[in-house]
Amino acid sequence: MKTIQILGSGCANCQRTYDLFARTAQEQGVEVDIQKVEDIAEILAMGVMSTPGVVVDGTVVHSGSIPSHSQVVSWLDA
Amino acid sequence: MFTWLADNLVYGALDLTEGDRFADALHFFVMDTTKIFFLLVVVIYAMGLLRALMSPERVRAYVRGKPPWLARTLAITLGAVTPFCSCSSVPLFIGFVEAGIPLGVTFSFLIASPMINEIAVVLLIGILGWELAFLYVAAGVVVAWVGGMAMEWFRAERWVEDYVWKIQMGEAQPPPVDKSWKGRHRFAIAEVKEIVRRIWKWVVIGIAVGAAFHGFVPGDWVTTYLGAQGNWLAVPGAVLLGIPLYANATGIIPVAEAMLGKGAAVGTTLAFMMSVAALSLPEILILRKVIRWPALALFAAVLAVAFILVGWTFNLVT
Repeated sequence: MKTIQILGSGCANCQRTYDLFARTAQEQGVEVDIQKVEDIAEILAMGVMSTPGVVVDGTVVHSGSIPSHSQVVSWLDA
Repeated sequence: MFTWLADNLVYGALDLTEGDRFADALHFFVMDTTKIFFLLVVVIYAMGLLRALMSPERVRAYVRGKPPWLARTLAITLGAVTPFCSCSSVPLFIGFVEAGIPLGVTFSFLIASPMINEIAVVLLIGILGWELAFLYVAAGVVVAWVGGMAMEWFRAERWVEDYVWKIQMGEAQPPPVDKSWKGRHRFAIAEVKEIVRRIWKWVVIGIAVGAAFHGFVPGDWVTTYLGAQGNWLAVPGAVLLGIPLYANATGIIPVAEAMLGKGAAVGTTLAFMMSVAALSLPEILILRKVIRWPALALFAAVLAVAFILVGWTFNLVT
């Protein structure tokens, strides 16, 4: 099972990104563990400065905006 | 083209009389809505195709370790083409500090980034003409430069929260980028959607306020109080009024258009625009997570004073 981490200190865009992942995972029938990382020190420790950021199994794949639906699908499938 | 459309819709299809207050306001609204959204989509799409947008991570990498004058110049110019959501200002601030970038340079970036951006510049050129666009950008650069210097001069680092100094930032490989035209097109479309979704409300509110101003505020009142021969207190008044008001730089342009159209002075209008775009309470309060109250108050005061000086200067020379 994949672990997805959404990085962001509780802003509206971070919440939207989280919802997008939850919805897409359900729609694709993929089981994932989605976590929110809100601690600023942890976010920076992963090298991300612009939120929301997306981490898939420990690798930063995206930062600075809400990803598109097709991007989310590709991360969930890969 | 946009005037033609608005003429036909308001005076033609709806059969309203030209010169009527409501009709004039509606005409302004229709013309600006179509024109601004057209320009927005074109600019954002073009920038998306070029993929010229910088990320704050890259700015940090370029600015770190540079001599102060170069660091500040880079921070301001890169700040102008780097979009970042205001909710990112905290991690950004810490990331810059962690890279050893001087605090004053970080503040210069934080001032320049919301105030000057390619979207606002294109809209300014399209709606108010390139002279005003140039003045706005020049004033923004000066304010960002001087504002950052002033924060340094007041030794703002003594008010930075202790935990900020202890954070260690990791290195992440930037995610791979699809450079084919198809990928660029997809990226550009996504950018258009994302940015328009984020700012359309501000733009519509801005146009509505501009339209109301255009249709209902009497020209005499504007020339008396906001005109070039008006009261010197108009500039500080405009700046103070702009502090609680928040809109992004794009949304304030139609308001400025209406103000100028009615004979408001250039300096007063510029000061108001900058105050609304770059000095807003919610944005400053977010920074409370990294700096203590004295620094926040100082930051707001430095910006307000800078905007007032800009306003007075332009009112004197134009």
